[in-house]
Amino acid sequence: MKVYAKIAAIGAMVLGLAACSSGPKEILIGGVGPVTGAAATFGVSTKNAYEMAIAEWNAKGGVLGKQIKLDFADDKGDPTEGATVYTKLIQQDKVVAIVGTVMSKVSLAGAPICQAAGIPMISPTSTNPKVTQVGDYIFRACFIDPFQGTVGAQFSYNTLNAKKAGVLFDNGNDYDKGLAEYFQAEYTKLGGTVVDYEGYSTGATDFKAQLTKIVAQKPDVLYSPNYYQDDALIAKQARELGFKGPIVGGDGWDSPDLVKIGGSAVENCYFTNHYSKDDTRPIVQDFVKKYQAKYGEVPDALAALGYDAMNIMLDAIKRAGKTDGASIRDALKATDLAVVSGQVKFDANRDPIKSAVVIAIQNGQQVYKTTVNP
Amino acid sequence: MGSIFNIQQVINGLQLGSIYALIALGYTMVYGIVRLINFAHGDFYMLGAYAAYAAFYVFNSFLGKGSPLAFLALVVAMLAGGAIASLTNLLAYKPLRYKPKLSSLVTAIGVSMFLEYFFSAFPFIGPSPRGFPEILPKVIFRGFGAEISNYVIIDLVVAAILMSGLTFLIQKTSLGRAMRAVSQDKDAAKLMGIDVERIITWTFAIGGAFAGAAGLLAGLTYPRIDPYMGIIPGLKAFIAAVLGGIGNVPGAMLGAYILGLAETFANAYNSMVGDGIAFALLIIVLLVRPTGILGEKIADKI
Repeated sequence: MKVYAKIAAIGAMVLGLAACSSGPKEILIGGVGPVTGAAATFGVSTKNAYEMAIAEWNAKGGVLGKQIKLDFADDKGDPTEGATVYTKLIQQDKVVAIVGTVMSKVSLAGAPICQAAGIPMISPTSTNPKVTQVGDYIFRACFIDPFQGTVGAQFSYNTLNAKKAGVLFDNGNDYDKGLAEYFQAEYTKLGGTVVDYEGYSTGATDFKAQLTKIVAQKPDVLYSPNYYQDDALIAKQARELGFKGPIVGGDGWDSPDLVKIGGSAVENCYFTNHYSKDDTRPIVQDFVKKYQAKYGEVPDALAALGYDAMNIMLDAIKRAGKTDGASIRDALKATDLAVVSGQVKFDANRDPIKSAVVIAIQNGQQVYKTTVNP
Repeated sequence: MGSIFNIQQVINGLQLGSIYALIALGYTMVYGIVRLINFAHGDFYMLGAYAAYAAFYVFNSFLGKGSPLAFLALVVAMLAGGAIASLTNLLAYKPLRYKPKLSSLVTAIGVSMFLEYFFSAFPFIGPSPRGFPEILPKVIFRGFGAEISNYVIIDLVVAAILMSGLTFLIQKTSLGRAMRAVSQDKDAAKLMGIDVERIITWTFAIGGAFAGAAGLLAGLTYPRIDPYMGIIPGLKAFIAAVLGGIGNVPGAMLGAYILGLAETFANAYNSMVGDGIAFALLIIVLLVRPTGILGEKIADKI
């Protein structure tokens, strides 16, 4: 009997605590990310960033006169687990909004639950276009993949002053294909000419047939929106075939192995990304300094976007003046906020319209080049 | 059209064909002798590349980058490929030699997966791609409207030397004569006093060594290696061997160069369909000549 009494007492305490946390003095925000499992490093950066953003708001007096409390749940990078934790946060913990989660496939499991319950959700990093198509309560803080094609075209045409472009992409991969298509559309719209538009099959290592054809058209720039393993080989083979111009890509290039494989061939190359720690805007430098002081490492893009997502959500609650789902949703739609990854507004699909950074490769190092505003 | 059919593209195709040829030879030799399609053959190529990579890091400090180191890496890659191939034969295929053919075939697929996953579990190999070092400084020659790097020349010359060596071995030496005898009739060869198992082991070793050499050349030419790098070239080399007539050594070489050129021209002509055109060609060739270009008519053995 004693044991049962103890359990009952502990149970009562836990319930009491839970009741306290959702009490009138605090606003409870759900946070989701994969802190265990294959994507654990992504989840840890994201969780750190959520906590940091909330601590900053609380230090300034919270939102609507109340302190913010993070109710964090681990989705383990698994859609089934994700659906469970989203349901738990909404039904059991009664969060007012959810910031999360990292992976698109898990966000796709959580989004319908938020939409059905009328709880606003913002994913920091899910790039799959389908995520926000779930409904009008679902937002995201990152741009969708193909948008980088648009930015790549603007950078190539305006900054690099390249009037003729060749494109080479993995024909069996939606990411590469989406970027290539958006690049071509924007580049042509700007007045440039895509002299050659070539694909290759996934897993290929020999790109010389396509590159010979591209180089023969004498393009000013080569757009290669693939993953770094392929881009490094493409750069090598393009240089071997006599191409000396710049090569531009997307965030698939962002790996230290790019330079290890590509060597000197990836010099004079650029790629678009969500954020750069070397961006000179004060908000970025401030964020990098504070994050480094708190967690002892340079924040990656996941940390930056996690931080941005939380700030966008809290800013919306502040402007809404209330914590009901519909008010927060309407305030989110009207967002116009400067965050680490740029100035954010939402389009009709609740995808952000914001700037992207361009990173150059110089002497084997990634160097911040410029910020492109669409 | 100038950018599709030109000297540069012919060179691209021959370079690709050289690598396919070195792999295809092992497929065809093993098939010729034991009637086994050794699906693990592409992985011998992968191991050759890793062996060369390891050799580079071990001997780089003594020898420095340059031709002696490249030659040493080639020897190491060939030894590693040959050793792992003959070991595979002894451990996995020999016990199944006189069992139903399907058992050996499934074993071959198993060995292939084992090698890929086992080696990707080692921390010094790992599942993610690695950059292959530039063992020789790259020099690019311009002429005849083409850009030719010394790597292209190395690929073509090494493949030519190895293939001439193999032809000599098969035609002129007693080992070659024994190999031909075993491929024609194993039982008769045994009655003539040939140690059939020894010949089979040699065949695997030579085939594996050629795959290892191809691994080194691929590492130099496409400097990215990973434990799964053998799958697609292995498959294509197998197709090249069938195209030329499996079991036929000159056929494998011919098939490989035809496939390399076809792939290059197909990708240059329309890269969205690309390999599709090359494989459509393969299907057409096989419809016309089911035994491959140089394959002999298979008489039904009852």
